[in-house]
Amino acid sequence: MARVVLEGIRKTYPNCFKAIHGVDVEVEDGEFLVLVGPSGCGKSTLLRMIAGLESITEGQLTIGDHVVNNLEPSERNIAMVFQNYALYPHMSVYKNMAYGLKIMGLPKAEIEARVKKAAAILELTDEQLTRKPRQLSGGQRQRVAMGRAIVREPSVFLFDEPLSNLDAKLRVQMRLEIKTLQANLGITSVYVTHDQVEAMTLGHRLMVLNAGNVEQLGTPIELYQRPASLFVAGFIGSPAMNFAEARIDAEGKTITISGQEALPLGSGGMAEHGGKDVILGIRPEHLELVAGAPDAVPMTVTMVEQLGADTLVHGHFGESRSDLTVRLDGIRNIKGGEVLPIRVTPDHLHVFDPKTERRLS
Amino acid sequence: MLKNVHFGPSVLPFLLVLPQIIVTLVFFIWPASQALYQSVLLEDAFGLKTEFVWFRNFEELLSDPLYWDSFKITIVFSFLVAFLSMSFALALAIFSDRVIKGSGAYRTLLIWPYAVAPVTAGALWVFMFNPTLGIVSYALSALGYEWNHQLNGGEAMALVVMASAWKQVAYNFLFFLAGLQSISKSLIEAAAIDGAGPMRRTIDIILPLLSPTTFFLLVINIVYAFFETFGVIHVVTAGGPAGATNILVYKVFSDGFVGLDLGGSAAQSVILMIIVISLTVVQFKYVEKRVAY
Repeated sequence: MARVVLEGIRKTYPNCFKAIHGVDVEVEDGEFLVLVGPSGCGKSTLLRMIAGLESITEGQLTIGDHVVNNLEPSERNIAMVFQNYALYPHMSVYKNMAYGLKIMGLPKAEIEARVKKAAAILELTDEQLTRKPRQLSGGQRQRVAMGRAIVREPSVFLFDEPLSNLDAKLRVQMRLEIKTLQANLGITSVYVTHDQVEAMTLGHRLMVLNAGNVEQLGTPIELYQRPASLFVAGFIGSPAMNFAEARIDAEGKTITISGQEALPLGSGGMAEHGGKDVILGIRPEHLELVAGAPDAVPMTVTMVEQLGADTLVHGHFGESRSDLTVRLDGIRNIKGGEVLPIRVTPDHLHVFDPKTERRLS
Repeated sequence: MLKNVHFGPSVLPFLLVLPQIIVTLVFFIWPASQALYQSVLLEDAFGLKTEFVWFRNFEELLSDPLYWDSFKITIVFSFLVAFLSMSFALALAIFSDRVIKGSGAYRTLLIWPYAVAPVTAGALWVFMFNPTLGIVSYALSALGYEWNHQLNGGEAMALVVMASAWKQVAYNFLFFLAGLQSISKSLIEAAAIDGAGPMRRTIDIILPLLSPTTFFLLVINIVYAFFETFGVIHVVTAGGPAGATNILVYKVFSDGFVGLDLGGSAAQSVILMIIVISLTVVQFKYVEKRVAY
């Protein structure tokens, strides 16, 4: 049980490449923090810095009551689950889980009790404990890797894309298991993923990283409802948010996508940004198909994807070049070439500055 | 689906494999069959008379205490060479795997000794350990130790072992390094998080995972020590003093071409052939099974 506090954490590699440009975050005791971002954004580097596998160039890392910058990984009281599980191939499952405890110098009985307990939590049978890792399926290996983390009874769990080697179905199942496990054990966890669905479902809070910078830190719903930047807006949510160049009128009451009708800006308008060129973001699920509504905008359909529960309609507004995706619920009989009346709900507009790419309002 | 490609009848494939077949026949099959044939013959020293004697050459050989001495010497020699060169190479590979800066240059330098011919390697060590001129024996005498491998059998053995092992270190180093690099880095990191220090990680994780490489190299090194160290022995000690470094392959040469006992020498080569064949069988049969961890 511990808080993890990162203050001004930076990483510069010997070849002068700056991987992390200053991260400040306090992970509360028992919190599940997800680091999410595209590959190469520095999320794994940051996790490895917390683990002690990479040195910290600048800043201070505190786990519990101790500054751990210069401590060895084993002295930080953490446990890590690796992407490829990193199970010792020549040891049985039991020995894999017991190895760390053996090094700690625990008595045999204690080791056995802890391994048995972890195996019970993870539903690993006694027979499976005697097997070698290569005789297990992907999901079972994943469980063993978590078991090895659990037996150490660490104050922090670190997960480095633990589900990315599993097939889609197993991934959903293990995701739920990890969430349940973390909730039951109440151990502070930091989880790295590039999958936004995983991030949204698992994390109490998400930290979106982009090229070594923190784009936004917040709860999944905060990130969804009020993305702080174009990057977060495009990254969180599936299918991705639609973007279009637009202009706010002088009074800040309406917004116009180039060559289209003006749309009213919701709640109070944006007087301070009157007359400004902006980028307008609208989520596919916040566009409605409304026949005969006066404020509907015509959308030309190019492609339709039927998902059963939803129908994704791809196309563009009138003659506009910018692509547009609309998510309609249920099965719809729509074909390419049709023109649909689409209504934008004013309360769900996201307006970004095209230069700074930050959210306006 | 893999498609079977059929070519029309042509002499071209046969022409293409012909050089290889000729080389094999002339340099391997023919001498080997000659040795097999010679091993059942008794020929006088002038080559005037040849007599077919069945297995008498082998009987004489196996009842000759000198032959068994040579056998023991070979086993001691090859064990020492394999052990020394492999342990040294492993240590170098483990250190080199941790080097970050200039590892390329460092590794290239470590590979150089492999390019040195056995005779040259032997000459190099003879110069260094020459009792009157050698720099090492000079240093040893300054420390109060009189080195003379020309008189002392143990020292002679030590010298040929060092020279042979030195040459093989580079080869072993390459394989160990490749083996080390194929071990997933996250395994080492997982062990580090589990609290294992560098020494502990080496013993608990790296060495077991290297065991396929180790086993492969053990066989290769024994074969090397058995057969390819002829040049080193010839230059450094010529089997002496008093047969102290007379390993089997050297005995074949000295009995056959110096002692002119062609039948006995051929019988020895046949025994060596059987040894190398069985080592190769062991290699093929078990190297893959040992991989199982």
